[in-house]
Amino acid sequence: MSAATNGEVQTVVAARRLTGVRSVFIGVGRPSTAAILARMVHNPGLVLVYESGTIGAKPFHVPLSIGDGELAETADSVVSVPEMFNYWIGPGRIDVAFLGAAQVDRFANLNSTVIGDYDRPRTRLPGAGGAPEIAASCGEVVVVAPHAPRTFVERLDFLTTVGHGDGAGARERLGFRGAGPTAVITDLGVLEPDPATKELTLTQIHEGVEVDQVREATGWALAVAPAPATTPAPTDQELGALRELSSR
Amino acid sequence: MAELLPLPEAVAALIHDGDAVALEGFTHLIPFAAGHELLRQGRRELELIRMTPDLLYDQLIGMGCARRLVFSYGGNPGVGSLHRFRDAIEHGWPRALELEEHSHAGMANRYAAGAADLPFAVMRGYAGTDLVAHTTVGTIACPFTGEQLTAVPALRPDVAVIHAQEADRDGNVQLWGIPGVQKEAVLAARRSLVTVERVVDALAPRPGGVVIPGWVIDAVAEAPGGSRPSYSLGVTARDNDFYRAWDAISRDRDAFAAWMDEHVLAGTGAP
Repeated sequence: MSAATNGEVQTVVAARRLTGVRSVFIGVGRPSTAAILARMVHNPGLVLVYESGTIGAKPFHVPLSIGDGELAETADSVVSVPEMFNYWIGPGRIDVAFLGAAQVDRFANLNSTVIGDYDRPRTRLPGAGGAPEIAASCGEVVVVAPHAPRTFVERLDFLTTVGHGDGAGARERLGFRGAGPTAVITDLGVLEPDPATKELTLTQIHEGVEVDQVREATGWALAVAPAPATTPAPTDQELGALRELSSR
Repeated sequence: MAELLPLPEAVAALIHDGDAVALEGFTHLIPFAAGHELLRQGRRELELIRMTPDLLYDQLIGMGCARRLVFSYGGNPGVGSLHRFRDAIEHGWPRALELEEHSHAGMANRYAAGAADLPFAVMRGYAGTDLVAHTTVGTIACPFTGEQLTAVPALRPDVAVIHAQEADRDGNVQLWGIPGVQKEAVLAARRSLVTVERVVDALAPRPGGVVIPGWVIDAVAEAPGGSRPSYSLGVTARDNDFYRAWDAISRDRDAFAAWMDEHVLAGTGAP
């Protein structure tokens, strides 16, 4: 089997994160691929929850949209959008939420609204969707994003979704239930919040990636753990399953 | 009591220039045929309401019939940007678009409050975000515990438009699969139009079926394939290739205009 690309490693690492987890909230793209891979390899009982209202979906294909018919047809339960947010997400019933963003700051706050000024944006992005309340209430949040200076920025153009706010204690002051972001998984490595300050710290790098490369791809002076771990390479089982899934 | 009408008559009777119109459907059952009829009839100055503006709203915005958009996520799911939506906001083309932006939880609760005829809904949300400074949202103390909660104003559209799989001849409607926020939108709106894949003699119960009685609906119009390129579970399939193709069609203003002329303004509506 050919060596894994950094993108494949990112998906495999995200899937591993779901070992032993009961339920995961996912959007489309890489997080969805990772969650389906987790069901194939690590956690066959994992409950996939999509914003469209499908709880316990068992898709065979990676869906293009969160509302593909296959999700509704294979779900344990299909609920309305008000029910999804008020009965399932708000009370904190979902263990892990995967979120993406156009910009991430050092406290894992996210921007998916605009680049530039809100009233005269350079780039208008899709907007909040479910992210603010998902990030506030789910048990924990795992951010999945490509590692680049334009994504990992010193200052967000717009704060769409609170991660750890301005640092330790911010979530408690806002009355949030969930633990917030516990990891940011990129194509270069994994950042985790410092237990005391909540500032993102590079704790793991993928094979063949240098720490300096991660620093250069980050728009602030990145904190680095004393001895970052190296991501264990994807196993043949993980990589084989991922490639088979992507080819469906 | 719902009247069974041809789609052009239903749109002409229920949707007027300047109305606040919610065409709902959360990735499923999106009322494309009704939206296209609205374009063919040349409706102007609309306030468009929808949690997830996708291709249909990209078309309506690009054709310049909206003055205002109330929404929570504007993207082409799994594909990328909505280019007409972006062009309107970034460059004011073909006209400036006023925005009122919320989160999904906020919009869902706003519809629910409208359906309940309450002035606002109570929820936990928006806290700590920059959205607070750019939208209509407030805080309210719980009268029992003192907890500070978020209040969002009820949504009361002039008209709700939804698509469903079936109606009977009395205009009772049944939809199944992902139900989105359609029942709430119909009950929150002053008037409502439901397009359906087919009219049947009697509705058969379906797992997860949502039945909306005909007496809270103004008009039902038969529109087979009326949710394409979205889908109606059990009847039509989502045309994922078209969602991908839309990216190129909509990127260029002239290509977009030509496509709309050929497929919507001159055509029958279904792409």
